[in-house]
Amino acid sequence: MEARDDIYEYSLDTHHSEEEGKKMRKKFMMVLALLSAVTIVEVAMGMVWSRDESMAMFLKVTFIGLTLFKAGYIVWIFMHLGDEQKSFQWTVLAPYFILIGYLIFIALSEALYAGEVRPAIENYFGF
Amino acid sequence: MMMWFFLVSDAFTFSGLLVAYGFMRHKYEDIWPTAGDVFTHFPMYDGHIELAYVALMTFILIASSVTMVLAVEAGHRMKKKSVQFWMVLTIVGGAVFVGSQAWEWYHFIHGTPHGAYLLEDGATVMRHKIDPHTHVIEEGTFLVPANREGSLNEYSGFREVSGNEAAVMKTTATHIHGANLSHNEYGIPLFADFFFFITGFHGFHVFSGVIINFIIFLMVVEGKFEKTGHYEMVEKSGLYWHFVDLVWVFVFTFFYLL
Repeated sequence: MEARDDIYEYSLDTHHSEEEGKKMRKKFMMVLALLSAVTIVEVAMGMVWSRDESMAMFLKVTFIGLTLFKAGYIVWIFMHLGDEQKSFQWTVLAPYFILIGYLIFIALSEALYAGEVRPAIENYFGF
Repeated sequence: MMMWFFLVSDAFTFSGLLVAYGFMRHKYEDIWPTAGDVFTHFPMYDGHIELAYVALMTFILIASSVTMVLAVEAGHRMKKKSVQFWMVLTIVGGAVFVGSQAWEWYHFIHGTPHGAYLLEDGATVMRHKIDPHTHVIEEGTFLVPANREGSLNEYSGFREVSGNEAAVMKTTATHIHGANLSHNEYGIPLFADFFFFITGFHGFHVFSGVIINFIIFLMVVEGKFEKTGHYEMVEKSGLYWHFVDLVWVFVFTFFYLL
């Protein structure tokens, strides 16, 4: 079939050979093992340290880091975003980096206000 | 490509929900329940085992994501038989996950045998004090949210209540078990509201993912894609399925682990 450039095909390569398939399957299994291991480590860390106040900050940062690590593997390998064109990758990811970063910043600073400043004002005026 | 754009918008919805959760959690930091104390059940095991079942559910969903990617890969080689095989496994994995979610809801809604006391104001919950290591209830000792000094609606953790004071508070309180949208045995009702809303919204995504996968599976069996020459539809439903898995990874962290 002749290649057409007026249609954007969702997939750049819809077919591959037996040999490439074998390589890909091996990669998927490795990712499965990795993601499962990370999840088990997370739960174990939670069990051991969840009541230890001094570890709380370390746990939070580690959990968020490991989650982003897992998410990266799912998006890049399973969802094949890694195989897409660079411009498309940015189209999908850039809104996140900008908007979610902004949203988290706003929410946390507002929560600080709602949790600490606002009650102080309410107490002062007695309502 | 349109699937990607749909997923981007859907991801914003979930981010909104999770950020809202983070906001409230940050606000009520000192009295927020620990998920490890709430989700302690495991099928056919009576004891106290924190989050193990949720971890297993996570594993099942990740595994079903892998079987999906294997189905897509088999599609690239035009192997109808193995596409069918992997899709069946994916559908089963998804169904098991939805079932597990239902099971989890069941336990959360029914709560513990000892329950807790909903105080007169209809919002504050007086809980039994439970030893964090042995998980045994300390009879006659309770915990209630404590107001920070000189503050009406700011909490600094819990204070212990026992003896006469507890007995007096109990007379006007209602004995409750489990959680629903208006009260929550394990503490602040907001925790239950967010739990039902976020896991419910995600569970609905998983459910519709199972249905979509099933429809695509039927099309595979019919040999529809054999005719068109490629398995692109499997790839599209696969994309949706991975997204559901992706969202769960975040829900798991923010709801259960943190």
